[in-house]
Amino acid sequence: MGGVDPASQDPELLRRLLRAKDRMDAASHEAWPVGRLAGVSSVSEAHFARSFRQAFGVPPHRYLLTRRIERAMALLRDTDLPITEIAFQTGWGSLGTFGRTFRDITGENPGAIRERVRAAANELGRVPACILGAAHRPDLTTAVSEKRRRESDGINGSNEKELP
Amino acid sequence: MNQGVQVVGLYVRDQDEALAFYVEKLGFRVHTDVRNGDYRWLTVQHPDQPSFQLGLFAPGPPVLDAATAQTLRAIVAKGAMPPLVLNVDDCRAAYDRLSARGVEFTQEPVDRYGNVDAGFRDPSGNGWKMIETRR
Repeated sequence: MGGVDPASQDPELLRRLLRAKDRMDAASHEAWPVGRLAGVSSVSEAHFARSFRQAFGVPPHRYLLTRRIERAMALLRDTDLPITEIAFQTGWGSLGTFGRTFRDITGENPGAIRERVRAAANELGRVPACILGAAHRPDLTTAVSEKRRRESDGINGSNEKELP
Repeated sequence: MNQGVQVVGLYVRDQDEALAFYVEKLGFRVHTDVRNGDYRWLTVQHPDQPSFQLGLFAPGPPVLDAATAQTLRAIVAKGAMPPLVLNVDDCRAAYDRLSARGVEFTQEPVDRYGNVDAGFRDPSGNGWKMIETRR
């Protein structure tokens, strides 16, 4: 991961990068091209993606995908919204891209997850929702493949460039 | 009550800044503010909670070496410290009041499971959930 110890990053920079992460958390359905995120963090576009990945372990675009999938899973669990509507509400431009990314990340189809998590859901009201959300966040340790990323042109904000 | 948790501390990047935030913006009161050389023991208190103090501590010498302090400052700035929860009577009113004072909210008030919650951060990066519990 770039060979830079994250602790060597300037805390003032990290605090500003956190602001960009917070903004994605608050509005993951919106488009977050790198220029917008860099503006939130007051850093250049050239440095943003690399600094973000050093700080948080994943590139910003992939972080956004995890938040969208997390939110889609919550809507599948807690609402009766049609899957098409959930795809659009969570920021995808097409149902096909949503379904592919969802399967890539969770290994299941949205409909199958809906049935399974509903059967298991109970007692969740006792935990603050933000903490619950983090606990359910899909773990993106495996990269979404280049093929998938090329296919994901329908994703809002996918015009950002991730540094290698 | 004589037994129980008395102080829980946060790491902050600057104690003066943290003091201004927790007292002037959130409405806490200073409980203890004493110095010994470079060391400063600083705690604040919620006005409704006289048996509990929130410590606002800066990582650094003489308690911690420079490298450890730097790591902790980075962890705080990344928002990686454990979640904090503030109970309020009226989350939306508190949101309006604190927003007007310049508190950095990360989440507007949302109804969930019959409660209302919002999220904010202190200047250092410590994340708070502000919850109004339905009675």
